[in-house]
Parts: sequence; structure tokens; C-alpha cells
Amino acid sequence: MIRLKDVKKSFGSNHVLKGINLHVPKGESMVVIGGSGTGKSILIKSVLGLVTPDAGEILVDGKDATQGDRDAFLARFGMLFQGGALFDSLSVWQNVAFRLMRGSLKRPKEEAREIAIDKLRRVGLKADVADRYPAELSGGMQKRVGLARAIAAEPEIIFFDEPTTGLDPIMSGVINDLIREIVVEMGATTMTITHDMSSVRTIADKVAMLHDGVIQWAGPVSEMDASGDPYLTQFVSGSADGPIEAIR
Amino acid sequence: MRFLAAIGAATLAFLAAIGRIAIFAGQTLSHLIRPPFYFKEFGQQLLQVGYFSLPVVGLTTIFTGGALALQIYAGGARFNAEAVVPQIVAIGMVRELGPVLVGLMIAARVTSSIAAEIATMKVTEQIDALVTLSTHPMKYLTVPRVLAALIVVPLLTGIGDIIGIFGGFLVATKTLGFNEATYLQNTADFLQASDILSSLAKGAVFGVIAALMGCYYGMNSGRGAQGVGSATKASVQAAAILILAANFVLTGVFFSA
Repeated sequence: MIRLKDVKKSFGSNHVLKGINLHVPKGESMVVIGGSGTGKSILIKSVLGLVTPDAGEILVDGKDATQGDRDAFLARFGMLFQGGALFDSLSVWQNVAFRLMRGSLKRPKEEAREIAIDKLRRVGLKADVADRYPAELSGGMQKRVGLARAIAAEPEIIFFDEPTTGLDPIMSGVINDLIREIVVEMGATTMTITHDMSSVRTIADKVAMLHDGVIQWAGPVSEMDASGDPYLTQFVSGSADGPIEAIR
Repeated sequence: MRFLAAIGAATLAFLAAIGRIAIFAGQTLSHLIRPPFYFKEFGQQLLQVGYFSLPVVGLTTIFTGGALALQIYAGGARFNAEAVVPQIVAIGMVRELGPVLVGLMIAARVTSSIAAEIATMKVTEQIDALVTLSTHPMKYLTVPRVLAALIVVPLLTGIGDIIGIFGGFLVATKTLGFNEATYLQNTADFLQASDILSSLAKGAVFGVIAALMGCYYGMNSGRGAQGVGSATKASVQAAAILILAANFVLTGVFFSA
């Protein structure tokens, strides 16, 4: 469904992506792992067109992601941002229903609100949260609202950018379980980027490790622990000793 | 040679910045005339830029009008021309001080607020989130703000002109011994329609500059709190300088020859 062919991206002399080749089949949950600053966020932002690659091809259903109707293309995606990226000036339900209140998916206000409250319930938030503002919510609640917004229009493809960053282990577990449930329930194709190994084990069907601008290893999550790849082994074990330099 | 190279680099950077701002203004104009239009956001900006700026505009212009009356009276006394206070206050406020002060107050209040808000949205990935939700940030953020400023700043300028003249009237009639009816009559007789139109036109141009600078620097903010701070500072500086430069050009256009 999503295929990246030799995708490259540099910022000045910093070559972040040096030739990424990756395939995410339809309905599969791909988790991209890698150290901080290795370009994981740039990778998914390239697919969405938020960052323009310097070279390479990004295909979604065999079609070039940079060509064609942009609105129709983006309408297929949902995204949970690292910090939630909720709009401060809008209430929680207006954040969740943002896509349902404008553009091609526009619905009557009451219907959009009902859908928003339903999605909030789906992520474990009560209806009374709907009229509050993002600044009034805890980090975990903001992540859930972000998750509700990502799934509000029931997209075919969902991206999760560091879904558990900044959360305590219990809340991280809750978010991981929610993501997995939603992915299975919706049958969506997903890409998650994280360096949280508990997220990887809960969410992933397949894992790809990004290191030094290339996919160092990719395979089923069941094969991750016995991969034999020194980079992946070091990352999974969290060891300071190995081919990945601790000071970067 | 190093000195010349530094001047050359600064000149090129300045021209590049002008080019980027011109492209941004062109993009704003192109989105201004193409749907979708976000009327709710536009309405909110009318309130933010216009209604909530009334107190600062009123206070600035009433004190300036009062001070102007005192200055003209004191200066006029040097050549027995104290009687010209109503006329000079009126022309000074309407042609120059009203629009410029309102423009600068809008730059201080609105440009800074727009730049800080949009820069924070950029830093916290809210702008990226808008894109992924199929909403063009220029249409959703820039167009409503620029359009609201284009419409509402001329109105604020007109109100500022009136309040400024009223400030002069209060000082002249309560402390300088002018007759109220005569003061108002002199003011009304002296002002021409072209004075008022030039004031409103200046207000429209200054409003667009103020909103555009806030949006441009917000959208192009650097990372983190420092990026937001720098964007806010740069937006107000640029708006204030451009407003004063535009005022010079417009005064030349309206009143030369």
C-alpha cells in the first residue's frame, strides 16, 4: 500500500535520509524504530508531503504521493502527532471533529459533535471532556484526544508519531493497547514511529529499524529478538555497547 | 574587502527577505480569491483585530490629540497664531498622526499576537496538523487575519481620528479657553473629504502590513521558545518600519503637488 523507493532528504550538510526503501502492505501495522534524531519523523512527514524529499519515490497504492488531488490524498490519512498538536483555540470536540466540519467530509454541526463524542468514548474519555479546551487536559488526555482526532474520519491509513512520549508507563500501556485495538477494529494500514520497545511489542506486525539514514533491518516483530542484526540487538537491549554510538 | 563583502551580504539578505515577503503576499492574495473561505475564523479576527483594539486606539489618540493641542497653542503663541489650534489638530490627526498611531498600535498589539500565536502553532506541529486535516494554513490562518485587518483598521483609524480631535477639543476648550462651538465649526470647515479618504486608505494599507508581517514571521518561525520570541520581535519591527515607510510614500502620493 505504501512503498518508499530510495527516498533521500538532507538539511544542508546533514543527510538525514540516505536512501530509504520500505514497503507497508495494506492492513499491516509497521513500526519504525531508531534513535533520537535519526529521521523517523521526517520519514512519515515525507509520505504526507509535509517534507519534500530530495530524491526517490513515495507510492501509495502504486500512485506517486506527490501527484494528483492533494485533498483526496490527505483525506485517506489520519495522524497522531508527538505532542498531540491540538488546536488551542478550539474545544476538544471541535478538535476531534475538525475534518468533519470542513472540506469534502463536512457534516452538520450536531452530527460532527456526536461523532466526536463517540470517538472520545472510544479512546476512554467521557463526554464531559468534549467542551473543555486542550490546555485544561493532562498530557495523557491530550494524546487520547489526538488519537480520537486521527480516527474521527475513519481513515484508511494512520500514522502515529511517538505515541507514548512523555507519558508514564501505565498511560503508555493504555495508549498502546488503544492503538492496537483501533488498528485491528478499523483494519487500517498504520505506520508508527517510536523508540519505546513496549509500544513496538504491542502495536507492531512488522518492525523496521532506521539507522544512519537507511533501513538497517526490517521484518516481523516475532523475529526481532532473534534477528542477529547487531544494530537492532543493541537497540532492543538498550545497551551502550555496540555499533550504535552512544554519543551522537 | 571584508567590509564590502559584509555590505554585499547584508544587501543580498535584505533583498532576499523582501522577495520572500512579496511571494508570501502574492500567495495570500491568491488564496484570498479562491475558496474555501473560513467565515467563522474571519469573524473571530474582526473581533480580535478590531473590537479588542478599540481601548488602546482610543487611549493613544485622545492623549496625542490633547498633547498636540497644547503644543500648537504654545508654538503658535510665538507668532500670535494660537487660534489655529482646531485646524492644525484636525489636519495633524487625520492626515498623519491618526493613521500612523493606529498602525503602530496595531503593529504592537495585533502583529505581535498573530506572530506569537502562529509561531507557537508551528513549533507545536499544529500547522502540520492543519495540513494533514486537509486545511491549507494560508487559507485558515493568514487570509482571515489579513482580510479582517484590511476591513477593520480603516474603521479604527476613523475612530482614532475622531477621538484624537476630541482630545484636542477637550484640552482647548477646558484649559486653553477656546469656545466649544467655534472650535467644532473651525474643525469641520477646515477638513476636506480628501483628508479623510487618505486617512482611511492609509489605515487599510497599514492594517494589511501589520497582519501580513505577523503571519509571515509566525509561519517562518524557528524552533522552540527562542524561535517564537525572535519571530514576534522581528514581526513587530518589520511591521513598524514598513508602516512608517508606507506612510511616507502614501503622503507623497496623496499630498504632493
